[in-house]
Amino acid sequence: MTYLPKPKFHHPAIETNELGYTHRDYEGAISTLCAGCGHDSISAAIMHACFELNLPPHRIAKLSGIGCSSKTPTYFLGQSHGFNSVHGRMPSVLTGANLANRDLIYLGVSGDGDSASIGLGQFAHAIRRGVNMVYIVENNGVYGLTKGQFSATSDKGSKSKRGAVNSDLPIDLVGMALQLGATFVARSFSGDKTQLGPLIKAGIQHRGSAFIDCISPCVAFNNHEGSTKSFDYVRAHNAALNRLDFMTGRSPILLDHPPGSLQEVTLHDGSTLRLRKLAEDYDVRDRAAAMAHLYEGQAAGEIVTGLIYLEEDAGDLHEHLATEERPLNGLGEADLCPGSAALERLNQALR
Amino acid sequence: MPIERVNDFVIRFANVNGSGSASANQLFARSILRMGVPVAPRNVFPSNIQGLPTWYEVRVCEAGHLGARGGVDMMVAMNPQTWDEDVGSIEPDGYLFYDSSRPVPASKLRDDIEVIGMPLTEICNRQYSDPRQRQLFKNIVYVGALSALLDIDAAELERLIAEQFKGKDKLIAPNRQALHIGRDYALANCRCPLRMRIKRSDRIGERIFIEGNAAAALGAVYGGATVCAWYPITPSTSLAEAFERYCNRYRVDQNTGKRRFAIVQAEDELASIGMVIGASWNGARAFTATSGPGISLMQEFLGLAYFAEIPAVIFDVQRGGPSTGMPTRTQQSDILACAYASHGDTKHVLLFPEDPYEAFEFGAVAFDLADRLQTPIFVMLDLDVGMNQHLCKPFAWDDARRFDRGKVMTAEELEAGKDFGRYLDVDGDGITYRTYPGTHPTRGSFFTRGTSRDRYAHYTEKGRPYADNMQRLLRKFETAKSHVPGPLLEAGARPTRLGAIHFGSTAAAMREAAALLAEEGVYLDLLRVRAFPFSGEVATFLDAHEQVFVVEQNRDAQLRTLLLAECGADPAQLVPILHYDGTPVTARFIRSAIAEQLQLVKAAPHRRKVVL
Repeated sequence: MTYLPKPKFHHPAIETNELGYTHRDYEGAISTLCAGCGHDSISAAIMHACFELNLPPHRIAKLSGIGCSSKTPTYFLGQSHGFNSVHGRMPSVLTGANLANRDLIYLGVSGDGDSASIGLGQFAHAIRRGVNMVYIVENNGVYGLTKGQFSATSDKGSKSKRGAVNSDLPIDLVGMALQLGATFVARSFSGDKTQLGPLIKAGIQHRGSAFIDCISPCVAFNNHEGSTKSFDYVRAHNAALNRLDFMTGRSPILLDHPPGSLQEVTLHDGSTLRLRKLAEDYDVRDRAAAMAHLYEGQAAGEIVTGLIYLEEDAGDLHEHLATEERPLNGLGEADLCPGSAALERLNQALR
Repeated sequence: MPIERVNDFVIRFANVNGSGSASANQLFARSILRMGVPVAPRNVFPSNIQGLPTWYEVRVCEAGHLGARGGVDMMVAMNPQTWDEDVGSIEPDGYLFYDSSRPVPASKLRDDIEVIGMPLTEICNRQYSDPRQRQLFKNIVYVGALSALLDIDAAELERLIAEQFKGKDKLIAPNRQALHIGRDYALANCRCPLRMRIKRSDRIGERIFIEGNAAAALGAVYGGATVCAWYPITPSTSLAEAFERYCNRYRVDQNTGKRRFAIVQAEDELASIGMVIGASWNGARAFTATSGPGISLMQEFLGLAYFAEIPAVIFDVQRGGPSTGMPTRTQQSDILACAYASHGDTKHVLLFPEDPYEAFEFGAVAFDLADRLQTPIFVMLDLDVGMNQHLCKPFAWDDARRFDRGKVMTAEELEAGKDFGRYLDVDGDGITYRTYPGTHPTRGSFFTRGTSRDRYAHYTEKGRPYADNMQRLLRKFETAKSHVPGPLLEAGARPTRLGAIHFGSTAAAMREAAALLAEEGVYLDLLRVRAFPFSGEVATFLDAHEQVFVVEQNRDAQLRTLLLAECGADPAQLVPILHYDGTPVTARFIRSAIAEQLQLVKAAPHRRKVVL
């Protein structure tokens, strides 16, 4: 980490988005993570995605649990409200926040300890409820803040920095998210921003539970020979399914990819996803096939990345609960309190 | 000679769980209310769906004492499993009403009570062919018989049946018929009415009859709660369910069907409180309903809400602990677990409603307090208040009343350049301003965390800002004293140096016990504590009395511990009176426990030595 604050001035010709914000307006405090940490690349991708989507930073709420990954919301989107909650419980806090105000964008940031161990239950239930959010797990297979213990996503046989071999089977959060009914499921790699950026953008535009498992090597404790979450290992075994272009409704469609391998998907807000298929015959809209492909990849020692599953017109928790369009936190006495006359009628019925 | 009592007795129904007795028993209790005579019914039920014994006790009391009395004057023994225990519990010269379809040997009966047998099974088998009908109508048949024996006006019962089955009208006639089968049999075969009976009176007035859980849920509706996250647990489940029922009645848009509320049955209590905290952080009024085991699970989150200063309302419907304890029995044993919930130095605001009226009041005001104080507010109900119907004052609401949303800085204030420090105490009351997420494009955002931070919400591990913040939280707790419902004093009929402090569901039994003691020449000033932190009036009360009995329904004198810790009271001065077997505390118990203490005091020269 650096302790020197970044100066606020910038190049006079710095690029601005439609709101007039520069990418600097999407920054947060200086990261206190280790130099080279994959998590910082994910933060950068989030900032870039929000900038490009022209999102007003204050309309985003960023929530996290506890751990290195959960510290990162401090380091991006400084104008957004953030909530660093308790270990493994971000999903419930985010669910509550979402119920209170359906108009904000919810970004849940978690890690493999936070989501696959202590918070496995909350991860599962938030996904199955269809909470409208982007849930990013910054997955490094290790407990960083407590200095290098295996996490629940650590592969069996993976070696710790001290040489211990993990004997437990890993939890695959992508497989779980698919099984639990997530309507947007992706896996990416913090070392591949061209893949990660569009996935984050698409996840934000998606209505429903969008889950992104982002492998993010821990440079301090899990980037050595014998680890299956090191930069080298992930690069060598990355089996990308597709390349994603994300376009808002207004953007021109560029046709620079071979047409035969393109799949276009329109999201509920009118924006378009264009998938350049790398794996032939892979249909992101087929959940069962996605699960099969995932397990086959796993058996072959591949790390399947890209957009794995998408259900475009999914509903969300608010739709299931039939809550009204106005955010609940904006309702007042007239909307909520039945008043004295109704109470008197009720009293009458209780005699 | 069987006892002669008019409008003053206890009748107990011994039933089998799941046999459909509950609604018949309730019909019985309500018919007495309609006769203008106060009743206090209590369910004693097992943690079971079908088959285990369950009792329903109705205390009839013209004088208006609504606490449990103890003792049974008439037993309606419908459960062979508990026959011996039930028959044994009848007071001498009391009454036994039982199903005589199968002969009961004389050895199984008592000769110091009046025994009334009625062949209920035989009658029902003759009348009905469907087995379920035979069982269900048997309950109505015995209510009919009791109406004749106790001189209850059949017209009141008929009216209640008609009201109950309104909309399902075809059920009215068969129920009425069953009622009259029982009534006619009793009139023809028994000496009616008994010496123990009901006489029409006018002691109900405007009062209503409702369960505390339903009242608390209604309070949450009136208090503007929009988010409810909960996990099923006895005895709090009916609170969340009542909230849903009232919301469906009052908060659904007639045209669009859209709801102005969100209820989530969470995966556990941790998620419940997490959702409440998330929703409250985001500016909605949110609550959960739970019981002791849920409180245990919520500890970590409660510390977060205390330290990060997020409003939350928790209805704790207490049951017998520790552990799974007695899940269907009552206690006031979560006081300390709630008052000091979570690790580190924490203190929480507790409210103690005595009955459904206050459950409604406190259920609504809890949301104002949570927003005003930006901290969790516990509404401490218990199974006795929550799951039993109580006669209480009618609910009232002032339409001019506005929600107190507390100190929330607006976009306009931020735009005008008002200094915003999330933990900056600008008013000196320990309460700081917050902003809702999404308020202003460039001002007012902050990072909420459970870690230490400075007045502007920046992370810090420095000692001084940490201590500064902890001191401010104490200042805020001091401020809370002037916002929470104050204690209520009921002075004894004569000036006295003896006092008693009580709270919550103990109130009715306490008042009656004080009246019993007064008859014996022992006068008590009563102070009913309605909230924690204690206001100055509690310390004043302690100062004004030489000896103060602290009456509560737990083993470890938890409220007394709070009084000692928070008011600096003298341990010798505070005498614990403790009832914790899971049954509601009775006036008889309190009276004799206090009398016993006073005997001890008289016998011993030094007060300190005799106190526990």
